[in-house]
Amino acid sequence: MRLEYFQLIDRVEGFDRAQQTIGVAAQVPAENSIFEGHFPGMPLMPGVLLIEAMAQSSGWLLIGLNGFSRMPFLAAIKEAKLRSFVTPGQALAISAGLVHEGSGYAVTKAEIKVEGKPVCGAEITFRVVPFPSEAFRASMEEMARRIGFPMEAAANG
Amino acid sequence: MASTFDTVANIIAETCDIPREQIKPESHAIDDLGIDSLDFLDIAFAIDKAFGIKLPIEEWTQEVNDGTATTEQYFVLGNLCSEIDSLVTAKQA
Repeated sequence: MRLEYFQLIDRVEGFDRAQQTIGVAAQVPAENSIFEGHFPGMPLMPGVLLIEAMAQSSGWLLIGLNGFSRMPFLAAIKEAKLRSFVTPGQALAISAGLVHEGSGYAVTKAEIKVEGKPVCGAEITFRVVPFPSEAFRASMEEMARRIGFPMEAAANG
Repeated sequence: MASTFDTVANIIAETCDIPREQIKPESHAIDDLGIDSLDFLDIAFAIDKAFGIKLPIEEWTQEVNDGTATTEQYFVLGNLCSEIDSLVTAKQA
């Protein structure tokens, strides 16, 4: 997790095209300036960043399913629940599944667990549009390789 | 069994918090009901689920942008319901 770069996930641990699901791992850093303010004396991973982590995981799911042909942009969060505190140094297991693929949009359901226990979940809507440029698409492919996205599985869509 | 229009009108009323009685077959979703593009995504999702179809929103938007169709063709609710009926029929064929 590189909070400074808004990279909320570390590696893809499972992409299942048939089941339309993805599993992602993310390690909350032990130290970060965010925790100095959120909160002094009681460092907590901000809930909005947990939601972003679920959105990024869902985004990789959608990109994988469309074979890196279209880019999902976050449009709406529903039924978001933050069930318990997430603290510095904890390992997150993020999962997401496709709920519906519409015309120009998609809906996923995502969840984060820590030590097997659900800590948050949400239903997330994305607008899904053609990549605005080839350079953008290429940069996403490069990032996909960095986080261990199984490119073959995406290409076989 | 509810008509296509009743189902769509109920979806719009619930999704956009618009009084049901204001929603009529001749209502234009954008011009008369003030539904924006984000709300329309919710409506499309609910319609897709309710009817088991995939509204071709991108195709419609492209046609409107290209000037080959008007927004009235797709966003006046009576017309939208006709499109839904056609999609349902095509799916069952």
